[in-house]
Amino acid sequence: MISGSKTKSPLMWVVHLSVVLLVLLWTMPTIGLFVSSIRDKDQLAVSGWWTALFSSEQNLIGRSLGPDSQIEKDGVFVIRGNILEETEKAGKITAFGWRAQEPTAYEPGAVAEMRKGQTLKVEADGSYELTSATKWKGSRGKRLFHTVASPPIFTLDNYREVLTAEGIGRSFINSLTVTIPSTIIPILIAAFAAYALAWMQFPGRAILVAVVVGLLVVPLQMSLIPLLQLYNKIGAFMGVPAKTYLGIWLAHTGFGLPLAIYLLRNYISELPKEIIESARVDGASHFDIFIKIILPLSFPALASFAIFQFLWVWNDLLVAMVFLGNGEDQLVLTGRLREMLGSRGGNWEILTASAFITIIVPLGVFFSLQRYLVRGLLAGSVKGG
Amino acid sequence: MEQIASALGIVVVGVLGCVVYFVGSNWFLDRLYPADAASPEQSVRNLAMVHRIRPWLFLGPALLALTLYLVYPAVASLILSVHDKNGDTFIGLNNYIWLFQDREFHQAMFNNILWLVFVPAMSTFFGLVIAALTDRIWWGNIAKSLIFMPMAISFIGASIIWKFIYEYRGEGSVQIGLLNAVVEAMGMEPQAWITLPFWNNFFLMIILVWIQTGFAMVILSAALRGIPEETIEAAVIDGANGVQIFFYIMVPQIWKTIAVVWTTITITVLKVFDIVFAMTNGQWDTQVLANLMFSWMFRGGGDFGRGATIAVIIMLLVVPIMIWNIRQANAENKGL
Repeated sequence: MISGSKTKSPLMWVVHLSVVLLVLLWTMPTIGLFVSSIRDKDQLAVSGWWTALFSSEQNLIGRSLGPDSQIEKDGVFVIRGNILEETEKAGKITAFGWRAQEPTAYEPGAVAEMRKGQTLKVEADGSYELTSATKWKGSRGKRLFHTVASPPIFTLDNYREVLTAEGIGRSFINSLTVTIPSTIIPILIAAFAAYALAWMQFPGRAILVAVVVGLLVVPLQMSLIPLLQLYNKIGAFMGVPAKTYLGIWLAHTGFGLPLAIYLLRNYISELPKEIIESARVDGASHFDIFIKIILPLSFPALASFAIFQFLWVWNDLLVAMVFLGNGEDQLVLTGRLREMLGSRGGNWEILTASAFITIIVPLGVFFSLQRYLVRGLLAGSVKGG
Repeated sequence: MEQIASALGIVVVGVLGCVVYFVGSNWFLDRLYPADAASPEQSVRNLAMVHRIRPWLFLGPALLALTLYLVYPAVASLILSVHDKNGDTFIGLNNYIWLFQDREFHQAMFNNILWLVFVPAMSTFFGLVIAALTDRIWWGNIAKSLIFMPMAISFIGASIIWKFIYEYRGEGSVQIGLLNAVVEAMGMEPQAWITLPFWNNFFLMIILVWIQTGFAMVILSAALRGIPEETIEAAVIDGANGVQIFFYIMVPQIWKTIAVVWTTITITVLKVFDIVFAMTNGQWDTQVLANLMFSWMFRGGGDFGRGATIAVIIMLLVVPIMIWNIRQANAENKGL
């Protein structure tokens, strides 16, 4: 059988459907997070986020007004009120009951027979009527079990709360303070080094290139303990705290350098030889060539590494936890998020809103600069592949 | 506000310091050995000198940072690993002996092997399939960006996203976790997924697969595009169907790229720490090496000797990949 254009359309349908399914699988988790973060927290706690567009049902227990509000009418003692006002909910009653065993036994509008000839009636709008042949006694009202269907509520309250009360705002600035220099400094250092490794003649060049490639895979866990000790010693010696922004910038610089040098060297070494040689003949020094020719030409490579390093530093937890500490004024977003996961584990409205704030910057960077990111990945991984 | 101002201040100083070094040192070099010296011989000598020194001015900061942050720690970790918890007393191989008898280490090793097998395999597989499928449809690029997106999300953010999916509510209450809701809809019992020994490892691994698939997809898709049209056309004429073309024509031609993707993800897996740390912190038999190391760094005031020992083990696991990497790069350089 020749799979030409005739069999194409049914097969293409399968392809389209499979891709739709895969895209859904991959985006659903993030969508769920986002939807949850803008839902009302009570609704979030009782219904799945996929029901966010429908009204959500909640089983509640309220209490009627007390016996002191009863009115006698034609020999019957009546207590009237509105249960939704008591529990401060918006929505419609879909069921009610008077016994804990059967909290949803009656439809709204039905009359429930209670003990000793007492009755209870709850309307959909929440108004209720309790009647009794004898006088209501005691000091408290009757328990009213009711199910409320609330319309979907979307709100920014969760964001307001985490930004003000949970310290996310401050951590956001901390993260930026860590990330910006940790992105710029390694680029500068790596660009010079990459140029030297690509175009300058000096003994030991080949070995240095091999070392950089080897260091690409060194797990950074390895570095933590010795560096932490070193930082502590320097801090004690100079009389400054061991955990500073300078310390973490340098750490991120060190850890980011192998990839930076590798990517930039790959790119710079493939720039046309003639440009550099003719500039040399004209008497330009390597420094002039680098500043005036190489830097402008390498913009795509610089951009792609910058994005990598930015995402990497912004998303890092480990380095920040070790070198910046967990103090209130220094905690970065990832660290804050981790802390909340411990302390606010069940408060999904707080967690989802916080998580969304932490991923909004990388997602913005990602979607606006995706082209450079992909270019960088390809330059680093499939060269010659 | 004050915080922003001081942050901006240090940012400017830090970056400027870097610029001043490069500009200043090169300016100084040119003044020290001027190319237009008094005598021509002197000029030639100066020029040769500048040529000898300048590479090291360019490389200096990078070499310093690499040595301080990667080479020195590697050596120091080795030394620390034969010392006690404070790093003062030499205790020989005791840390290694302890490690190999430690139940938690066995657990972490076992789990790490699971991670090393499962995550690269699944990410590469899904990446390859998605790359092959999306290359054939008009909205493939949109689909790719959406699948690539988790790459931008931090491991800790991803952990929260997935913890919400695995969320478990006791029997009888409404499940707000997607997985349990689906399971319930299919008529099965909801579970507290991340506390199920053995299987919970896979629920954690899925998070990393979710993140890494986009990476694999981007690179493999570029490789697939590099396959010459003729080989595929020839296979079509010979009557091969889509699946056969994929496995017998396409996959063998991009074998090298698959290996690169596989290794890169393997390295990521070895370093993975955040996911386990955030989801379970090693409880319910989910410990992995990186997290075990971190926990020994701070457990009971910290045992740097034991922590460093685990770091050395992680390092040893990476060495073969490192050698392969260097060989690969060398071969490439010779080709140029």
